[in-house]
Amino acid sequence: MATGHFIEGIAGGRLSSEQYADNFSDLHPPLDHHEALVESDRCYFCYDAPCMNACPTSIDIPLFIRQIATGNPLGSAKTIFDQNILGGMCARVCPTETLCEEACVREVAEGKPVQIGRLQRYATDVAMSEGKQFYKRAEPTGKSIAVVGAGPAGLAAAHRLARHGHDVTILEARPKAGGLNEYGIAAYKSVDDFAQAEVDYVTSIGGIDIQNGKALGRDFQLADLIRNYDAVFLGMGLGGVNALRAEGEDAGGVANAVEFIAELRQASDLSSLPVGRRVVVIGGGMTAIDAAVQSKLLGAEEVTICYRRGQEHMNASEFEQDLAAANGVTIRHWLQPKRVIAENGKVSAIELEYTAMSGDKLIGTGEMLRLNADQVFKAIGQSFVPAHLNGSAEQIELEGGRIKVDAEGRTSLAKVWAGGDCIFGGDDLTVSAVAQGRDAAESIHRALTSNGRA
Amino acid sequence: MADIRNNFIGIKSPNPFWLASAPPTDKAYNVERAFKAGWGGVVWKTLGEEGPPVVNVNGPRYGAIWGADRRLLGLNNIELITDRDLQTNLREMKQVKMNWPDRALIASIMVPCVEESWKAILPLVEETGADGIELNFGCPHGMSERGMGSAVGQVPEYIEMVVRWCKQYTRMPVITKLTPNITDIRKPARAAHAGGTDAVSLINTINSITGVDLDSFAPQPTIDGKGSHGGYCGPAVKPIAMNMVAEIARDPETHGLPISGIGGITTWRDAAEFMALGAGNVQVCTAAMTYGFKIVQEMIAGLENWMDEKGHASLSDIIGRATPNVTDWQYLNLNYVAKAHIDQDACIKCGRCHIACEDTSHQAITSMVDGVRHFEVIEAECVGCNLCVNVCPVEGCITMQPLAAGVLDQRTGLPVSQIYANWTTHPNNPMAKVAAE
Repeated sequence: MATGHFIEGIAGGRLSSEQYADNFSDLHPPLDHHEALVESDRCYFCYDAPCMNACPTSIDIPLFIRQIATGNPLGSAKTIFDQNILGGMCARVCPTETLCEEACVREVAEGKPVQIGRLQRYATDVAMSEGKQFYKRAEPTGKSIAVVGAGPAGLAAAHRLARHGHDVTILEARPKAGGLNEYGIAAYKSVDDFAQAEVDYVTSIGGIDIQNGKALGRDFQLADLIRNYDAVFLGMGLGGVNALRAEGEDAGGVANAVEFIAELRQASDLSSLPVGRRVVVIGGGMTAIDAAVQSKLLGAEEVTICYRRGQEHMNASEFEQDLAAANGVTIRHWLQPKRVIAENGKVSAIELEYTAMSGDKLIGTGEMLRLNADQVFKAIGQSFVPAHLNGSAEQIELEGGRIKVDAEGRTSLAKVWAGGDCIFGGDDLTVSAVAQGRDAAESIHRALTSNGRA
Repeated sequence: MADIRNNFIGIKSPNPFWLASAPPTDKAYNVERAFKAGWGGVVWKTLGEEGPPVVNVNGPRYGAIWGADRRLLGLNNIELITDRDLQTNLREMKQVKMNWPDRALIASIMVPCVEESWKAILPLVEETGADGIELNFGCPHGMSERGMGSAVGQVPEYIEMVVRWCKQYTRMPVITKLTPNITDIRKPARAAHAGGTDAVSLINTINSITGVDLDSFAPQPTIDGKGSHGGYCGPAVKPIAMNMVAEIARDPETHGLPISGIGGITTWRDAAEFMALGAGNVQVCTAAMTYGFKIVQEMIAGLENWMDEKGHASLSDIIGRATPNVTDWQYLNLNYVAKAHIDQDACIKCGRCHIACEDTSHQAITSMVDGVRHFEVIEAECVGCNLCVNVCPVEGCITMQPLAAGVLDQRTGLPVSQIYANWTTHPNNPMAKVAAE
């Protein structure tokens, strides 16, 4: 009987328990004290530092690194948290290679940036392991604010609002807080239940009440929030998954990558998590990489990412692409799915068409490729589902299918702000969601206190 | 191939790299290892009087400061002279000199400042076959409290007196080792010269406290909660040492007096710089204590390579070559104009030149040009101070470029004069000497 990698179909238990543990251990293990000192010494303490400008939350990176170098990791953590209260998770999941570390002058000088992400993790780990809280709540303002969604944007907004003395209620549809930090990131990027620990750390400031299992449009309406609270922050992310638009995609074994990733993150026993022998992932972003790499780590024999454009167009960073390659994932370009072939209702292969650019338009060339597959993951992007919002209140203005906001995060509705993946113009990054949540909170605070009511 | 054989006051060694009198030269075992590694000579760790040897502390003897990546920049010690029996040292010195006849072996000596003490020890040392003696008038800690070491070196009259005794009671060449813990290094050098010394060596270590333990509030190195100033050495003291070497080399009273250069020498380049300023050879300690004896191989090869490249055939071609160029500030050419220039291809855009200039100097470097991060010298503001060069992390990225005579200096609006003119004749100088009409 076939075992391990070679079991046909979608099956669990492909690996030994040691292999599972090893495969899903920390992708970037923490720097120890010595490593952190050596690395921090490499920072040049640049003027108007490019790394800092590349950070969506504008963390004062040269300062926090200097604080590590001078033996003040708690001060360092405070420098980070001042700008980004989810600095611990961002240190783990930020694509630093396209943000701060890409901008690092040492990248320019020698192709080896200071390991800013790992240093940030070092400092925030020190503070969080000591349970060190840097912020106290201001005098109560008597204002209450509803936050929809306990993801990075919602948590960042809630923390900043609570600091200013407002009372915050977070309404979260899922059973746990954390949003994509909890449900949407490859397991090896956030080990030891870090997302939950971070939620606890953030909410321990007080004044933040998280109510789980409360979904907008199902359990409450936007109009209720507008009526019952002084302000509302929408940070519910994206609820929909784009369809393949390939014939037969309803076949068994065709699944959404985000759901697979979420299931994996919540699994208490990885060996019970079934994965195909031959997996095809459709898409070119971080989600595609996360799903593909984790399929491989769960014991799939053959994993192929198919992306409809060229490598240079992939949203996944070079580092992520290399990570996939290093884990034995094959990335193929210029292929779009046409037809899912099923046997007995279960996927057995996928047929793809080669693509090419015709002017600035992507076209199918007519040449086809058939890949055997017993599992297909769709990772071609998520979409905002406005139906939950509208119909229950005044129409909120959208742009590009997402909520339209101004520079401060204000929506077209009075008293309503929004941030994170659900707004238009974002870049689908945790760190950007944090920045938007934080900035919207400041805007809310200004609005609630500037007109003499507070 | 350049000839780096060294003849220092008649003492020959295959290269100019000696180990200074210090822990690395405390006993035969270390010295044998040093000679095997290639060192040209050693100054044996300072011998004391016959009788019960000195004792050392049993806690930390060293303190340090570090640069980035914990590179040791400065080392401090509170170790005393040899704590081994005199006869043991003499016996080992004799044996080592027999084993290594081509290497220099110098005995460092420190005995009380009385004639009988010196008269007693000199024949004993002479009997070992040592090539010379070095008078330790430098150690700033411990022994100085007993009237020896720097306590002697700080009183020129004592120096002259002891040097005279030594010249009287031994045929061995005498090197007088000077302490930097004085205000004017020329005074003790002149005294040693007057006493008839064959050479001076410098610098010994500098009084220092390397740190304070902020939990116990005790200076470091800490012995049972207390600390004492120790002798500072290593790369951090090199500039101080080089100035002192140059001061002696260019002093009319001591010009030509052989100098053994000491102080933070770590690479061949450091050694070449000391020799260019007038040192006839160099002594090394901290670099060996940091990296081991093998570093001498880099020093030998580096010096030879540089001399070959520049066409210097022997050490005499380089010794003292920079001495005439050391002058007083008042003689510097005030008509010389240089401007910083940033090589845009080499620039990594860290911005440190800008912020250093903007915050602390002359506001002469841009940070943004046409909305783009760009660092460029504003010549009309640049006084040529060199700070940007010094803070730039990329070697050779920023250079000081002299303006040719006749070229417009945008800062002053005047063309650069080709005439040498210094402060002594400057109109702003109330003491200016006007040329006779």
